[in-house]
Amino acid sequence: MAINVNEVAHLARLQIEADAIETVRDKLEQIKTLVEHINSVDTSDVTPMSHPFDQLQRLRADNISETDERQQLQKMAPLTEAGFYLVPKVIERE
Amino acid sequence: MHNHTLAQLAQQLQQGTCSSEELTRETLRRINEQDEKLNAFITVCEQEALSAAKAADAMRAAGKATALTGIPIAHKDILCTEGVRTTVASRMLSNYVSPYDATCVAQLKAAGAVMVGKTNLDEFAMGSSNENSHFNPCRNPWDPSRVPGGSSGGSAAAVAGRLVVAASGTDTGGSIRQPAALTGVTGLKPTYGRVSRYGLIAFASSLDQAGPLTQTAEDAAMMLQAMAGFDQRDSTSIDQAVPDYCATLNDSLEGVKIGLPKEYFDKIDSRVVETVLTGVEELKKLGASVKEVSLPHTSLAVSAYYVIAPAEASSNLARFDGVRYGHRCDNPKNLEDFYKRSRSEGLGNEVQRRILIGTYVLSAGYYDAYYLKAQKIRRLISQDFQNAFADVDVLLSPTSPTTAFKLGEHAHNPVEMYMTDVNTVAINLAGLPGLSLPAGFIDDLPVGMQLIGNHFTEAKLLNVGHRYQQVSDWHQKLPPTFE
Repeated sequence: MAINVNEVAHLARLQIEADAIETVRDKLEQIKTLVEHINSVDTSDVTPMSHPFDQLQRLRADNISETDERQQLQKMAPLTEAGFYLVPKVIERE
Repeated sequence: MHNHTLAQLAQQLQQGTCSSEELTRETLRRINEQDEKLNAFITVCEQEALSAAKAADAMRAAGKATALTGIPIAHKDILCTEGVRTTVASRMLSNYVSPYDATCVAQLKAAGAVMVGKTNLDEFAMGSSNENSHFNPCRNPWDPSRVPGGSSGGSAAAVAGRLVVAASGTDTGGSIRQPAALTGVTGLKPTYGRVSRYGLIAFASSLDQAGPLTQTAEDAAMMLQAMAGFDQRDSTSIDQAVPDYCATLNDSLEGVKIGLPKEYFDKIDSRVVETVLTGVEELKKLGASVKEVSLPHTSLAVSAYYVIAPAEASSNLARFDGVRYGHRCDNPKNLEDFYKRSRSEGLGNEVQRRILIGTYVLSAGYYDAYYLKAQKIRRLISQDFQNAFADVDVLLSPTSPTTAFKLGEHAHNPVEMYMTDVNTVAINLAGLPGLSLPAGFIDDLPVGMQLIGNHFTEAKLLNVGHRYQQVSDWHQKLPPTFE
């Protein structure tokens, strides 16, 4: 089944122009053909590996170790006000 | 001066033959003069460099100098550097100035190294040619119509053209080793977890590693010494003691067992194979024994990699949404439009392609078939290496299937480009260290030889590399127009 570019692009929050969809799909299908080679071997007895040494997430004590650097960190923000980041309206009220 | 190694410069600084300020001024002058031929640098930070050079000279005068104090270096523009922009060669971050240094940058700074600038790369480290840069491609100093390789193309070209004596790079699927091979320099990808990823803008979190690009293995050892170490701010950093990498450089190679994985010599340009096998003969003369081994799941590595790396990238790049930093589109109609246009305007085609594939393989209904399956292949690949290391100390192969290809040669076929990683990606999947060494030339283009070690055996790789470089001079050759 061919990749539904519009659906995947929406999930990825990317905008693909209508006249580019065909080209994008072709390239993605080529990559899909490359990666489907992974199906050529039986792995029913194999445990997936997400870390090269099967390391578990290291935890630390729940102590406060960071300081409030909001002012410094917001220097690079596109648009802020009173310590908040400004974005288009998220919640529409009836 | 530009043809001296890091070790030689360190000695000159120590002896007082030159000052860091003189060396830094000379480096900046050479970059200014030569970089227009390469486009290896995205940012040159003259003021900061001279300031750091003076501080390094003061450090030396106060008796506090270390091996790297006063040495001018460059950083791949994917490592955060406080006060100097980090663009990741993307429009998304073209004006991003990090408020902090990456840990490996801070460690090099603390050792007194002097940063002269940030080098060009494939955008977000996604590429094997440095053609995917928002700041235009970087060129190979050996032939400017050819690529330097990628994604650490700028760092490789800068060292190969002797614009800077050493540079940091990062390697997720071969991005230090392949450009090192294509430009005739030495490049080391450390064991996963050896160098902190704190401040390394993430592409694929289970694969990324920062490491040095230098003229020699000895220089790489000196750089790694400063870059390596446990960092509690990186939850994947491994708490393993850092050995003295320089102390064992001269160890004899008598009894060292080298394995040649047959799958890594298949589908490779026959002249590349011949060149690398000549290098193997030199190692035999030094006392190493050589045998053929097999890594049976090699043919699945590129496929598994191009599931895992894009999947992790799609997750890592979700943060670039125009809200807190980076490019934001004008006049967004609503939140969805805001996200989509900010991201699509800010991110280049290859980056978007990888995000799309990554999103696809992680999406409902496909996760098991692709991502989980690829993670199982990953385990098989890792087991292949462990089986081989039960028999041999080090593996050796060509780094890249060909020498440097022409700009634009693979531009229309992403899969063709991906296949140039055939000998490097498995090493990242298994988290192993890999070292690429200059091994010869074909039609005046460099050929690289790759050494692969078991986890945390960088000292052994650097030792083999150093002994090889004592009986060969490929690493001393200069591109004709950069003499």
